[in-house]
Amino acid sequence: THTHWILFMFLLTLQRVAPGGEAGVWPMPRKMSEGSERYALHPQGFSFRYGRDSSAQLGCSVLDAAFRRYFALCFPENTVETDRLSVSAGHGELTANTVWGALRGESHFRDLIIRLSRNLFLKIEDFPRFQYRGILLDTSRHFLPVRTILKTLDVMAYNKFNVLHWHVVDDPSFPYQSQSFPDLSNKGAFHPQSHVYTQADIRKMVSHARLRGIRIIPEFDSPGHTQSWGKGQPGLLTPCYKGLHPSGTFGPVNPTLSTNYNFMGRLLKEVSTLFPDPYIHLGGDEVDFSCWKSNPDVRMFMKKMGFGTDYGKLGSLYFKNMMNIIETLNKTSVVWQDVFDYHSSPKSLDVVEVWKAGCYMCEVRRVTAAGVRVILASPWYLDQPGPTHEWSRFYTVRPLAFTGTEHQKRLLIGGEVCLWGEYVDGTNLAPLLWPRASAAAERLWSDEAQTSSVSQAYPRLAAFRCKLLRRGVQAQPLFVGHCKHEYEDL
Amino acid sequence: PAPPRLAGLGYGSLWLRLTVTPVGTSGFSQCVREQWEEVPQLGESRFGSLWPLPQNVVISPVAFMLRSSSFQIVHSAESSAGPGCSILQSAFRRYFEYMFGYTKNQGGNTKKGQDSEVTELQVWITSADSECDAYPSVTSDESCEFPEPMNFLIFFTCFLFACFYTPLLLLGLETFSQLVYEDQYGAKKINKTDVQDFPRFAHRGLLLDSSRHFLPVKVILANLEAMAMNKYNVFHWHIVDDNSFPYESTVFPDLSRKGAYHPYTHIYTPTDVKMVIEFARMRGIRVISEFDTPGHTQSWGKGQMDLLTSCYSGENPTGSFGPVNPILNSTYDFMAKFFKEVSLVFPDTYIHLGGDEVDFTCWKSNPDIQAFMQEHGFDKDFKKLESYYIQKLLDIVGSTKKGYMIWQEVFDNGVKVRPDTVVEVWMGSNYQEELQNVTAAGFSTILSAPWYLDYISYGQDWQRYYKVEPLAFKGTDAQKKLVIGGEACLWGEYVDATNLTPRLWPRASAVAERLWSNQNVTDVGDAYNRLTQHRCRMVARGIPAEPLFVGYCDQEYKGL
Repeated sequence: THTHWILFMFLLTLQRVAPGGEAGVWPMPRKMSEGSERYALHPQGFSFRYGRDSSAQLGCSVLDAAFRRYFALCFPENTVETDRLSVSAGHGELTANTVWGALRGESHFRDLIIRLSRNLFLKIEDFPRFQYRGILLDTSRHFLPVRTILKTLDVMAYNKFNVLHWHVVDDPSFPYQSQSFPDLSNKGAFHPQSHVYTQADIRKMVSHARLRGIRIIPEFDSPGHTQSWGKGQPGLLTPCYKGLHPSGTFGPVNPTLSTNYNFMGRLLKEVSTLFPDPYIHLGGDEVDFSCWKSNPDVRMFMKKMGFGTDYGKLGSLYFKNMMNIIETLNKTSVVWQDVFDYHSSPKSLDVVEVWKAGCYMCEVRRVTAAGVRVILASPWYLDQPGPTHEWSRFYTVRPLAFTGTEHQKRLLIGGEVCLWGEYVDGTNLAPLLWPRASAAAERLWSDEAQTSSVSQAYPRLAAFRCKLLRRGVQAQPLFVGHCKHEYEDL
Repeated sequence: PAPPRLAGLGYGSLWLRLTVTPVGTSGFSQCVREQWEEVPQLGESRFGSLWPLPQNVVISPVAFMLRSSSFQIVHSAESSAGPGCSILQSAFRRYFEYMFGYTKNQGGNTKKGQDSEVTELQVWITSADSECDAYPSVTSDESCEFPEPMNFLIFFTCFLFACFYTPLLLLGLETFSQLVYEDQYGAKKINKTDVQDFPRFAHRGLLLDSSRHFLPVKVILANLEAMAMNKYNVFHWHIVDDNSFPYESTVFPDLSRKGAYHPYTHIYTPTDVKMVIEFARMRGIRVISEFDTPGHTQSWGKGQMDLLTSCYSGENPTGSFGPVNPILNSTYDFMAKFFKEVSLVFPDTYIHLGGDEVDFTCWKSNPDIQAFMQEHGFDKDFKKLESYYIQKLLDIVGSTKKGYMIWQEVFDNGVKVRPDTVVEVWMGSNYQEELQNVTAAGFSTILSAPWYLDYISYGQDWQRYYKVEPLAFKGTDAQKKLVIGGEACLWGEYVDATNLTPRLWPRASAVAERLWSNQNVTDVGDAYNRLTQHRCRMVARGIPAEPLFVGYCDQEYKGL
């Protein structure tokens, strides 16, 4: 790792600021000490610079772009001029091991400026509690316009989320436009032109996310949740039978045909080049075995393989083949907990995402006990609406409160907020997501002991939510009250 | 009247409330996790995308073309309204744009007036007074009937429809625009259609709350636009409450200067209010303002000294305040001046006076009030004191020649009110019994209890609102006639500009159909098919109405 020094030059202005009021720093940094003096920043005098000894210098695309972005956020057009008492030049320093750390440390620096109410020489030491802080968006149940996703990535960065888990396709539609298999979206999308993500769209999203320190992990969920795939790829899905005859409906991917693995191999190869992230999510949830059971060819195959009537073994076989594909692509696979539950050798899995309600901690314990890494999603299913004060429900989660060894706890690599798409599209996504997801963001970033009180978090979150409004984010209110700058659009 | 209206509690006590189930809302829980209703199978309705469903409609398979280059909406020669009628002129343009978008001259230059093409929509106001320059009133709807020859008629090249008064004619334009669709080549078409239509209820209202959160004017206007698309005709503006006083009074400017969240950025100036009223008028919507007293008035106290009752702890004032102080003459002087202004600012013939959730504890604690009670022989019955206040207030408002609406408690507490008072029933439990009692006493009533849209749950809760039958209470026909309508209420505890519109639409559309269409329109499956399309139409017109379920619109939401 390299050390980056980023130097801030600015005019230092001592000035009177009304005391009180929270700056709305969210999520809470590890250590933050505030001085009593206050300084003002003036757009003419302020600049972001690379430190002399920084290994990143002008030309580092991520930071160059971030400097411009955060400068604009620090100095919106109508910044109010304030009285100056005395002026001297000063500078702040931000040290981080990588550009990504610099991005997120910088977020804090900006938070402190906007209110002109914090000592710039304050020391912030900060690092995330979990390395994986994700948000799941579902673009199959409703199509989300590219712009909506880009905007969500912006807000994720404000909240220090670093993973977009993109549940691209599912039963209702297949909006991913594949070069190798164009029929998948031609026939499986809601509309083959207006409701698809082109390769160019995806490259744009990946690059937009990268500049904000966000990984995009695509999910191509199989063998279940694949109704839309079947429309453009004949032979992929299992024909269901009623008695001796096909019923005309289809079930999960047919795991008995090698042609299907060839197809998956080619599709995932394309996906893996388009998405640079080392992870690919393979899904694997809610596989309904009844269609497999009804199909005589599948039954014959079961017999040949000596699986008896244990369709979990058939599922395992499917996933063994899928993981071989992923391995040849040099990727790490993530699967939903269902795969762990029915898999005959669960220890072979890379990463398991725990999503079911009930005793999710029991599942976390089981998976980590098998030595497998875990992403926790169960307590953060946001698609179920409710008055926003629900945010406390997402805030009071204690992800490591399961019995297990230190090693097991380290295997919990993070958590994920899931906004499934049954009742969500571009019209209501933003207010449903923010600021409720912010509650989870702090849980995944900050020290739990320092952030255990809902009532202490409330004013800070309310201030942070107002800050989001100021930046044009459609974040819904926590309760009665107002922001200095209200949201003015529809 | 929303149960979670928690007056005067600071953030410190907020957290206690998180687990409290609101009182009086049996059947509604704040977050119901299981699927509320079944998800119907999506299909095509034989009524296309019409919403709310007209009383009588026959759509024939004969289709006509409509082209933006040749189509016109015009006044019929017999109409009492002409090009000087600004409501209609604006509506013509609005609906033209809804139907054709902003693209001009699509369809090339084929000859005008082909047999299969509609080139004109003629509108005809049959009443001698078109009411073009009037404000819509409670009778605008009721007087409008569609005798047989006056419904939508098909001529060879033009549609004609007629209506008694202007406001309902606007709704006819909406219906017409809903009948226009695109064929598979993207050409606009309309089928030969026969519609006879009138509303089931005269009062189809929507309550927005601009006190708990300030709602920018832009958001209010957009929702008036959406209301017109759903044939709502009353905007019940719950403009002030405990939390803030955003109404800028010219007589008492301190009310908003000290009682608003911010004296400049979070207020409605007289110009803003005029703009809202005029925007609503152009869409046939009445604006009924609510100035709720004597409770729910914390914000009033900041700008009007001595208006509120000082609460006492033992012999000493606690420094906190309760409802309006009903024993001082100054209170009534203030109210007289204030409501005089309000009656001039808001042209509608009704004012909503609130009167809900009056907490007696502060009155009880105040020694002056105790003495006053004794003096007047009220004994310990604080309902009598409330009656005393309300009656004086009603006299004041009555002198402004306005009718008034009140929340049900005023009736429940036995306050003597004028016989033409409209009672709004909002309490969730036993609202049918309440309707029965209110109408038995001879009062007109408006139902809002089952339509508190600020309660949200998972899944398709619109069906719950849809299935309500407002007249399902025991009572005579005369009693049922006294139910003049209903209101969907979106209280503001958790709602502001960021989430108001998607939370409201299309859930409020379900209520709209219940209040407009025939009592026998109860097929949820058919409603689902039409509503899904209606929702997409609202989205295409720029209203971010949230989805009903999995699926898509040809034109997804372009905003954000």
